[in-house]
Amino acid sequence: MYTEKVMDHFHNPRNQGVIKDADAVGQVGNPVCGDVMKLYLKINEGKIVDIKFETLGCGAAIATSSMLTEMAKGKTIEEALKIEKLDIAKELGGLPAPKLHCSILAHDALAAGIKNYKENNK
Amino acid sequence: MAKQKSFYLDNAATTPVDPRVLQAMAPYFNEAFGNASSLHGKGNEAMVAVEASRAKIASFLGCSSENVYFTSGATESDNWAILGLTRAILRDNSGFKPHIIISAVEHEAVIEPVRRLVKDGLAESTYLKVDKNGLVSPEDLKKSIKANTVLVSVMLANNEIGSIQPLTKLAQVIAEANSSRKRRILFHTDATQAPAYVECNVKKLGVDLMSLSAHKIYGPKGVGALYVGSGIKLEPLVYGGGQQQGARSGTYNVAEIVGFGKAVEIVSDKKERSEDIKRIKELRDYLVKQVLVKVPRSSLNGSLKDRLPNNASFIFPGVEGESVVLMLSRHGICASTGSACSSGSLEPSHVLLAIGVPIEHAHGSLRLTLGRFTKKSDIEALLKHLPSTIEKLRQMSPLKN
Repeated sequence: MYTEKVMDHFHNPRNQGVIKDADAVGQVGNPVCGDVMKLYLKINEGKIVDIKFETLGCGAAIATSSMLTEMAKGKTIEEALKIEKLDIAKELGGLPAPKLHCSILAHDALAAGIKNYKENNK
Repeated sequence: MAKQKSFYLDNAATTPVDPRVLQAMAPYFNEAFGNASSLHGKGNEAMVAVEASRAKIASFLGCSSENVYFTSGATESDNWAILGLTRAILRDNSGFKPHIIISAVEHEAVIEPVRRLVKDGLAESTYLKVDKNGLVSPEDLKKSIKANTVLVSVMLANNEIGSIQPLTKLAQVIAEANSSRKRRILFHTDATQAPAYVECNVKKLGVDLMSLSAHKIYGPKGVGALYVGSGIKLEPLVYGGGQQQGARSGTYNVAEIVGFGKAVEIVSDKKERSEDIKRIKELRDYLVKQVLVKVPRSSLNGSLKDRLPNNASFIFPGVEGESVVLMLSRHGICASTGSACSSGSLEPSHVLLAIGVPIEHAHGSLRLTLGRFTKKSDIEALLKHLPSTIEKLRQMSPLKN
């Protein structure tokens, strides 16, 4: 059973879509595992000014993607990197144990996006 | 919880209790509430009801009452058949390692006890592969039989894709092998999904052991049965007060046993049965046709031939099944999926993988199962919301092709 907050983010996902002129993207997962998350980041003066996601996955995968975008938006890169693997699940009021990997996946997607940004701006 | 109109298309998971079943059960909670093993009037009244129910089930299976044992459900029946037989053989034959053959599409209630025996070094196993429609081949079975084979377990009808196995042909293979063996190979079938739709006469099917469940045939949850052919010795799984000739201890679950009997009596009614099957099959065929037309890139798992008339199982590439189920649920539609995310494991349905569905597609499966109380409006509700649900989820995915 999912919490009400998980279901709210699943049915009303925040920041879902594409940023066409994104400064960085981060994609993790693969269709064989059943979950693929892609984050688009718009970064201005070290701050995440916009973030959107596309996700193929279960209810928890979509909800953690959505939750993560809310958590990361407006944060500096340094602040965003402080979001820990299970913080997203915590923010959602918890996830069933087999679904915790979705929280980790969302965390990893953000880390991949920030890594991509740093590489683009070396 | 707010009451929402629901459209129930998950009858393979469980069925509602038929009002006639509920009515039959009602007196056994607080009027005829006796312990069927008690010697007094209340006990006798309960025992008469238990035996009447056993007789109805025996009549449906074409066997004697003494071959029918009540259990807590098909999971217990499957476990008992497999573990009970293996343990009985091991007790009398130290050093012998029994070989068990099962199909690759069995329910976990069959797979897991076999896996446990193998893990403990007490038995060895062979899994029969299936074709793209989920069917095992009698030739494969023939080749798999070994000198130490003691049991073959192949389900009558599959819970995920509804495929109906050729049990009679498999039984012939086993009978031929048995003609030149000292110890007979026994044939078990998990018939949980079958009684409302498929012939369950144990003699016609040629099975020695059959697992049944009440809640898949409009009876209550928590009661089932195991048919055990005459002369077959099973070690008990449940020890205690020695009920049911010591084979399966535990106070008789009288009300549920009565409900189970009534449910079987209803599916035994030839006229009602054939009308139900005809109506359900028409609705199912309409559903399949419409879904394949309305949802781009959709496909049906398995063939419509040799399939339960109430089962439809689809693949929608590019979506994940749990998300589909959750979105449909918001519209009151009750369906299920074989995706990994629905099961708590990382692997999607072993049944879909066994019929050759690619793993990335198996995550996007949806099972819709109809029943006695399914109406055309349930199907229409699904057809109204499914195409937009799939479209919405595909739009959210980073993989747009």
